Amino acid sequence: MSVTTAFTANEGRTYSSAPAPGFRLGSSGLVALSWLVPVLLLITWEVLARYGWIEPHLLPAPSKVALTAYKLTVSGTLLHDLAVSLLRAAIGFAIGGGIGFALGTLVGFSRIAEAVIDRSVQMVRAIPFLAVLPLVIVWLGVGEGQKIFLVALGVAFPIYVNTTLGIRQVDPKLIELGRVQGLSTWELITRIILPGALPSILTGVRFSLATAWLALVVAETIGAQAGLGFLALDAREFLRTDVIVLTVIIYALIGVVADSLARLLERRLLQWHPNYGAVR
Amino acid sequence: MTVQPRASAFQNNAVVVSHLRRAYGTRTVIDHLNLVIGQGEFVVLLGESGCGKTTLLRALAGLDPVQGGTIEVPGRPAVVFQEHRLLPWETLWRNVTLGLHVPDARARAADALGEVGLGDRLDDWPRNLSGGQAQRVALARALVQAPKLLLLDEPFAALDALTRLRMHGLVKDLVARHQPGVLLVTHDVDEALRLGNRILVMRHGVIAAEHRLRPDHDSAGVRAELLRELGVTSSH
Repeated sequence: MSVTTAFTANEGRTYSSAPAPGFRLGSSGLVALSWLVPVLLLITWEVLARYGWIEPHLLPAPSKVALTAYKLTVSGTLLHDLAVSLLRAAIGFAIGGGIGFALGTLVGFSRIAEAVIDRSVQMVRAIPFLAVLPLVIVWLGVGEGQKIFLVALGVAFPIYVNTTLGIRQVDPKLIELGRVQGLSTWELITRIILPGALPSILTGVRFSLATAWLALVVAETIGAQAGLGFLALDAREFLRTDVIVLTVIIYALIGVVADSLARLLERRLLQWHPNYGAVR
Repeated sequence: MTVQPRASAFQNNAVVVSHLRRAYGTRTVIDHLNLVIGQGEFVVLLGESGCGKTTLLRALAGLDPVQGGTIEVPGRPAVVFQEHRLLPWETLWRNVTLGLHVPDARARAADALGEVGLGDRLDDWPRNLSGGQAQRVALARALVQAPKLLLLDEPFAALDALTRLRMHGLVKDLVARHQPGVLLVTHDVDEALRLGNRILVMRHGVIAAEHRLRPDHDSAGVRAELLRELGVTSSH
């Protein structure tokens, strides 16, 4: 049996988006327009390089760079170096992210942990992490350890700060509700506190992806035997500006891909959030 | 303080409060308060802001420590707050079954949401709800626990007038069916008259007046009396 109520299904609100003022351009039109300037720049660059207005040894034509990309891909060098770099980034990210998240959670939950840990972490955080590079080289040499350490160092802090912040910002009224509903401490953490902290934690992940990449670029320019940085260094020895430009472009592309992955993760995990998910 | 889940001592009582004392530092907010709410009884607690009525409700919910006396509640009381307090990251049925450890949780959530007229919204998100709908889900979340004592802390205060009237009807129906003892804290005298079997007026931490309402009670008369007890001088 069911209680008869006077509520109707139409009680929920619906929103309609008002058209923007001014003359209208469809969203696909706007996307096309946004690509206009980059494409024009590329064409100008190509033309200038082709007709000798730019010295090819300083800046080769985009078509030359594309051809180099193709050759290096076919020979396997590029993919190998790319894989080595990505692996370094992934390992460093896992280690640094894990440590940052663990410490952040600890400090977020416990005032005692905060008193013990936070000041030291904040002091170390004040150091631009690239400034310790010479020290890291003395400690760990110029092998894999140095590169992974530097990435981990860069990643740990954004994740630490945002995890702590996220946990502290969870609405105390929801925690109180959890107590009223009789949740265990474990349920309180997994169903209320961590989901509540997740938007902030994911912001930390996005920041740290950018830092990880920066750390890798710097670390790889010192004593690498493989990797994108090595590819660029090696090319410099032979004045192969086409290869150098190629590595720069690949660094940029990977940055863009990493950022889109982080956004995708946000949309997936935060589909409940008014600022992320699609409405209905 | 003791909150004892002793069902045997009760038979028909949803809560027995004896000599309850609650103080913030030296300021006593609740002073040797006694209260018994029977199973299926709808008790409304009226009073000015700061008279201790929300403090009493929070003590009964086990949210705040008390400094003296006993509260005996069979099982865990359910609470509906002024804000819906739905977890925005959980779907409606997961919200309703928060803290409910049974194998057929989803089916129970479906029943409870059906009872509040949202049976087709199990997998929807809280952000897609209006204020009234969200408060109905909060009500479903409280009732799915099958509480012996239901505590309502001004749950209609943030709703618009029409939605509030509809909510009154819904709550009355649901309480009649599930028969929990209810303590409703409110500022609204007319709400008290519509919903309560018994109306208590609280002042300075004690229950200053009590009205038992029979079905044939003189609404206007009780209303005038309540307003006088609340310190509002009625013009008619």
